[in-house]
Amino acid sequence: MKSNPDPKIIAFCCNWCSYAGADAAGTSRLQMKPHFRIVRAMCSSRIDPELILDALKKGAWGVLVAGCHPGDCHYVTGNYRTHKRIALLKDLLKELGIAPQRVRLEWISANEGGKFQKVVNEFIDEMSVLGPLELKGQPAAKEAS
Amino acid sequence: MKIGVYVCHCGGNISEVVDIKQLTSFAEKQSDVAIVRDNAHMCSDVGRNLVLEDIKKHNLDRIVVAACSPQFHGKTFMDIVKKAGLSPYLFEMANIREQCSWPHFDEPELATRKAKDLVNVGIAKVKLDESLERKSMPIGKRVLVVGAGIAGIQAALDLGDAGFEVFLVEKKPTIGGKMAQLSRTFPTEDCAACILSPKMADVPSNPNITLFTNSEVEKVSGFIGNFEVTINKKPRYVNDNCVSCGICEEKCPVKLPNEFEQGLTTRRAIYVPFEFAVPYKYVIDEPNCIYFQKGKCGNCKKVCPHDAVDFEQKPEKIEIKVDTIIVASGYDIFDASEKKVYGFGTNENVITSLEMERMIVHEAEGRPTRKIGNRIAFIQCVGSRDEQIGNEYCSRICCMYATKLSQLLKRTDPKRDVYVFYTDLRAYGKGFEEYYKRAARTGVKFIRGRVAELIEDPETKKVTVKVEDTLARQIIESEFDLVVLSVGMQPGEGTGKIAEVLRMTRSPGGFLQEAHPKFKPVDTLNDGVFICGCAQGPKDIPDTVAQASAAAARAIRLMNKGEYEVEPITAVVDEDLCSGCATCVSVCPYDAVKTEVKDDKRVAKVNEFLCQGCGSCSAACPSGASQQHWFMSSQLKAMVGAALGEEEE
Repeated sequence: MKSNPDPKIIAFCCNWCSYAGADAAGTSRLQMKPHFRIVRAMCSSRIDPELILDALKKGAWGVLVAGCHPGDCHYVTGNYRTHKRIALLKDLLKELGIAPQRVRLEWISANEGGKFQKVVNEFIDEMSVLGPLELKGQPAAKEAS
Repeated sequence: MKIGVYVCHCGGNISEVVDIKQLTSFAEKQSDVAIVRDNAHMCSDVGRNLVLEDIKKHNLDRIVVAACSPQFHGKTFMDIVKKAGLSPYLFEMANIREQCSWPHFDEPELATRKAKDLVNVGIAKVKLDESLERKSMPIGKRVLVVGAGIAGIQAALDLGDAGFEVFLVEKKPTIGGKMAQLSRTFPTEDCAACILSPKMADVPSNPNITLFTNSEVEKVSGFIGNFEVTINKKPRYVNDNCVSCGICEEKCPVKLPNEFEQGLTTRRAIYVPFEFAVPYKYVIDEPNCIYFQKGKCGNCKKVCPHDAVDFEQKPEKIEIKVDTIIVASGYDIFDASEKKVYGFGTNENVITSLEMERMIVHEAEGRPTRKIGNRIAFIQCVGSRDEQIGNEYCSRICCMYATKLSQLLKRTDPKRDVYVFYTDLRAYGKGFEEYYKRAARTGVKFIRGRVAELIEDPETKKVTVKVEDTLARQIIESEFDLVVLSVGMQPGEGTGKIAEVLRMTRSPGGFLQEAHPKFKPVDTLNDGVFICGCAQGPKDIPDTVAQASAAAARAIRLMNKGEYEVEPITAVVDEDLCSGCATCVSVCPYDAVKTEVKDDKRVAKVNEFLCQGCGSCSAACPSGASQQHWFMSSQLKAMVGAALGEEEE
């Protein structure tokens, strides 16, 4: 598996909007590149930055976090928290020499199957160009963009 | 630990893409997996019994079902696991349909590989699942119904009749909504007022309904079984002494276009909205009242024999508590002036269908009305099916109301030439096609074509319609005395407001979104909140009434037992790890976390009834003390690992 050239993407989706948006994409038979794996949480605000780092450490090339649109969060303000945390995390990634675009935040509603497809395909393409994240002994300069 | 893994074919939906054999033999190799089975339809009785029997026979203690989305059949299998005597939370679903076989049917090999990972994610999580149980919460029998058009009235009456306590809130001074303005209803041609007014009258006479007119829902906090509602009751400036004698109205010096009559008549600043208004009481139109604007006049107060006029009334904030909410906030008609090419508002003889409804009522009752003329054209799809103005949806009622109006016009004067210019004629309902044919037989001319332009003759004010007849393939330019725009529906301003207050999800057209388009058409994603009528989407009166009764029944279903079950997937704090920093307190949207001193140590404590289970506090906790049941950090990490193929192969 290690030598597999296929990109590995983790997509954290909230139960109410983006997971349902992914379902909507499937129901409409919108074809997507199969290289992503969805991990469902109830709210995007459950996604601790540590979990994202953990995913990158375990070999994810990129991590997508998808939540409800601003103002639409099922839990009132959860997505605003997510927004702040991801912004901070991206700053931290830069410090660590990891391209911040490896973490992407998107708002996708339950009826936006088309948007889910577009975001996922785009993100997979982008990560295919970046390649796997080499953490051990690799110069950080390689990652700068 | 003994895990059972069940793979569904979904009648080919999955098995035509994913290699089931490969998937089951992969699952068999995973540690702690005791049984792997596959079935054509896991959700069928046969499939469910497989799980049930296996749990009992083989002492399985955890279940993974690889099938459709958990949002589709999650509950089905949780119920089975529970029935077998296990906690329903010792269960996971691997979504290999919506998120695998359907979006990846072009790449079956990669889809099979993905299905393996998804099953592995399920196995990784289920191993760490705790034995949780749903908790029961008491629930009362109080319902807030927002909006008192025909949808809200029907829902309120059904609930009231069933013995539930209803608070019906209407922003206008009367109930009745848009239906009250209609002439007749298609396809039976019942007089709208005649069938609506008895229902309206039933509202105040129902002992279980408390009616708030001239009132709006300002704030809602809390949750199912515990909603706290603030109603803003605007002053009517006329108290309950009013006997509707009408003396005040005669002395009021203000004359305004009557909005109920679409400007065909005038009304005063103190008025009753229409002749069958409920409550039938006067109201003062504050922005147009001379007393309120200039401090003078007060004629109405002077002449009232019952001392009913009270200029000192103030807006009232009324706080109520309810258990469930039904939103029936209705629609607005499309503002025809937005469709510039039709010149509504500038061309004198271009009117909306609602004006035509009132004109027909006036004509039938022998009341003065504007001249209808001999040549009348209806233009369909104004504000509907029109991407230029941003409304892609069909408003569903315009084809039939134009058919109705044209037929009524023809019947009162058979010499009239009535044309209907349509995009497609949609006569989809019971008796609709027959009704349309009848109209065509009475001589109404139906012409397929979208009208390109309307040109007003500056002298005669007659209007020339330019349109391509797309069936006869010819350009028509024809002059009419009156052009009626068949305006569609759009989400009402009130619907926008209540959506914000209740934080409800809206569909692409802006209408309120149902929890499931087929199986939960009146539920919403907000527990205990239901929708019905045109707030949910355009529909006619029979569908609105059916949906309103459905919403009432769904609300009763929740409340009738007196208790309902809540999900146990709340936050929980490990007091040994907690440092009492209260970060969790600051991020909770529900005030569900508080700190308290326990054994000389400050620790956070979660109120599991207030906690809605978002997990934001668990993500924010710097020490890992705050966790969310069923979504523990250890579980999420294990899922990520499995998803990346880290686990055993």
